[in-house]
Amino acid sequence: MKLVNPANKRKYKILVVGTGLAGGAAAASLGELGYNVEAFCYQDSARRAHSIAAQGGINAAKNYPNDGDSIYRLFYDTIKGGDFRAREADVWRLAQVSNNIIDQCVAQGVPFARDYAGYLDNRSFGGAQVSRTFFARGQTGQQLLLGAYSALSRQVKAGSVKLFARTEMLDLIVVDGEAKGITVRDLVTGEIRSHVGDAVVLCTGGYVNVFYLSTNAMGCSVTANWRAHKKGAFFANPCYTQIHPTCIPQSGEHQSKLTLMSESLRNDGRCWAPKKAGDNRAPGEIPEEDRDYYLERKYPSFGNLAPRDIASRAAKEQCDDSRGVGPGGRGVYLDFADSIKRLGEDTIRSRYGNLFEMYEKITDENAYKVPMRIYPAPHYSMGGLWVDYNCESNVPGLFVLGEANFSVHGANRLGASALMQGLADGYFVIPYTIANYLAKIKPGTVKNDHPECKKSVEDVKSYNNRLLNINGKKTVSEFHRELGKIMWNNVGMARSEESLKDAIKKIPVLREEFWKNVKVTGSGEELNQQLENAGRVADFLEFGELMAKDALHRNESCGGHFRTEHQMPDGEAKRDDENYCYAAAWEFKGVDKEPELHKEPLTFENVHLAVRSYK
Amino acid sequence: MNLTLHVWRQKGPKEPGKLEQYEAKNVSPDQSFLEMLDEVNEQLIKNGKEPVVFDHDCREGICGMCSQVINGIPHGGQERTTVCQLHMRSFNDGDTIYIEPWRALAFPIIRDLIVDRNGLEKIMQAGGYTSCHTGGVADGNAILVPQKDAEYAMDAAECIGCGACVAACPNGSAMLYTSAKVAQLAALPQGKAEAAERVCNMTEAMQEAGFGNCSNQSRSGRARLQHDRGDAGSGFRQLLEPLRVPGRVPQRDQRQVHRKA
Repeated sequence: MKLVNPANKRKYKILVVGTGLAGGAAAASLGELGYNVEAFCYQDSARRAHSIAAQGGINAAKNYPNDGDSIYRLFYDTIKGGDFRAREADVWRLAQVSNNIIDQCVAQGVPFARDYAGYLDNRSFGGAQVSRTFFARGQTGQQLLLGAYSALSRQVKAGSVKLFARTEMLDLIVVDGEAKGITVRDLVTGEIRSHVGDAVVLCTGGYVNVFYLSTNAMGCSVTANWRAHKKGAFFANPCYTQIHPTCIPQSGEHQSKLTLMSESLRNDGRCWAPKKAGDNRAPGEIPEEDRDYYLERKYPSFGNLAPRDIASRAAKEQCDDSRGVGPGGRGVYLDFADSIKRLGEDTIRSRYGNLFEMYEKITDENAYKVPMRIYPAPHYSMGGLWVDYNCESNVPGLFVLGEANFSVHGANRLGASALMQGLADGYFVIPYTIANYLAKIKPGTVKNDHPECKKSVEDVKSYNNRLLNINGKKTVSEFHRELGKIMWNNVGMARSEESLKDAIKKIPVLREEFWKNVKVTGSGEELNQQLENAGRVADFLEFGELMAKDALHRNESCGGHFRTEHQMPDGEAKRDDENYCYAAAWEFKGVDKEPELHKEPLTFENVHLAVRSYK
Repeated sequence: MNLTLHVWRQKGPKEPGKLEQYEAKNVSPDQSFLEMLDEVNEQLIKNGKEPVVFDHDCREGICGMCSQVINGIPHGGQERTTVCQLHMRSFNDGDTIYIEPWRALAFPIIRDLIVDRNGLEKIMQAGGYTSCHTGGVADGNAILVPQKDAEYAMDAAECIGCGACVAACPNGSAMLYTSAKVAQLAALPQGKAEAAERVCNMTEAMQEAGFGNCSNQSRSGRARLQHDRGDAGSGFRQLLEPLRVPGRVPQRDQRQVHRKA
């Protein structure tokens, strides 16, 4: 790995897009090293990135509880949890630096939970048989992000980082094949301008808002990644999406988003559905013998802490079998009665009080008295822009961190591992790997008046003008809802050749209608939320098709990608290692053209490819 | 249910603003307040009118982006609840609802219900951190933190930074926001070393950013740290408790503030 001399670092300008765990940590760490950093976020403050909503915790292989954890075990659990579809070396490094993250956050003043003696406390999460999850009540993401944000604020004060809030990236500027800048829109004034730099770091999160309803924030989109993809960056494994098992079920058509109930609840809550189809009795009136604790029955060794993809599909099975509960029968119970009896209501309240309160606000039900109703919802995207071991995409100078890349979670992410990856990439990967690229180039070669910058600005302007001039009949969110329905029904928790082909037929039709009939009010030269959303939905309408194509091409089941044609006799996902043990990296060829598939074979030197069993 | 809304509309920081009246029809009690506004906006767009712009993002009460004064109270009348988590079941058919942006000198209006909260950033940048850098820090268990201190720090750290406290204060003070960060870091050994300097730097930045002095009360007769999540009753919240009754701050709590800071 090459290094950049301390005195030379300030000559390099690095553009960091997104200020969540990955972006905030990266911008702060690169600023500390002496690079000249510009950081961008669409929110009004770097502290509001959606990492803030992560509830349960962050994994690390500290082995503080003395329960047999190790770097190898964290590595193995993550590889296995991802159904053997992640790159081994990247996961190994992640497990190695996991411990440093905890130390770093403690030093920043993150108030992790402590035991009575003052030591750091741990809880358990899905897909692991050790307690390796560190937490700050039910707001771990918030506290970790505020830690990164405080480090970032310190660098803004020091002058090494310049922060551009309410600014959205709308294009990647590529000069002679290398990433040299971005074109952004100032969301307050509407100004479209380019920022040049010596490297671009995308930390722009995931794309599950393609389903319209998800646990993501309203502003989360594929836009930054998709626009980079259109400029040459490969998109890897877009079909790997995580449907989180424990979310509050949808209450009606008006709903704008879904809310997660932390996986940590499964430490003390038991999932069940009535044994008899159409059992309409109130949960308290259904006796033990008429309840099916389906996770404990199917997966006795992991029980309620089975990994997310497995727990989600199991919940769907119960509902498909007409044994679902609540409105529309799309729900199962998460019941705390036994834990409350064993530990007392106060203990449960101290562990999950805020989550119970949130549940009550949304559903008007008291989960201390009646079981929670939960149903799976889109939550996270394992797929993302393709990167090498250095987190560099195939476009030199373009780095991608956190959820935005595809690297470590394979086909399914384990709980409490997203926070780990975001901070690992930002604090302990990019500061090392970016130097290797920068040392090879001369700083400051591209200026704002470069023809590529001007072209990019013009392209973005005319794209936005096209959106504004359609003046059709349907609103942006109507199109988003329609796309979401297609994606959820055809490319959701279970996919088949038939459903995918149907999606591939329907999405371009909807896209065409969008470009003829969408109504975007206002102008481009002002704060215009309709225009912002229109651009994001336009990108989802292109991206959704790629996602369906990737899912169709991957003729196997693995992790979150479940093809109904490929399942074991007991309904578990059936991988095809002979033909699909690779990362699928797609190259953009044009909106209505077939993307080109590049395969990166996955070779496993330290683990044995096995059937993933949690029984 | 059907509701009558009076919503603050203002094109830009220098334009005059006024309340406009809209009707919200067939509102479901399960809708969130913002989902109700989404529907109103959909109708406005269909009728060729400009939708109301408002800040929002996570819609689960944690990002601190949403910021509306509802019937005179920042985030509305429900305790410890952001606008996005306020549900329509707390309103009745036929209600009239007034919706305004945060009102404070230090929060200029950008448009309609959106204000500029950059002043809060300046306060953070002045010292809302421990001056450690990435790497080279001690093991997380090297310095023990008594559980009660960690809990106290967490109570303070839960602040979502929305600025409702500023909007609620007749003086537009950011004292709750500032003291939350100061208290969190001062309670932990990692932040103690810089505690005295931090409190000076952050309060100075607060004044420079145009926030007023602490008034010990709110426009609606009570102040509260607006955070949606977390357990009630512990350290920091007790510290704020006296603020609920204007003009009464027991000595013991004042001492606690000084000691912790």
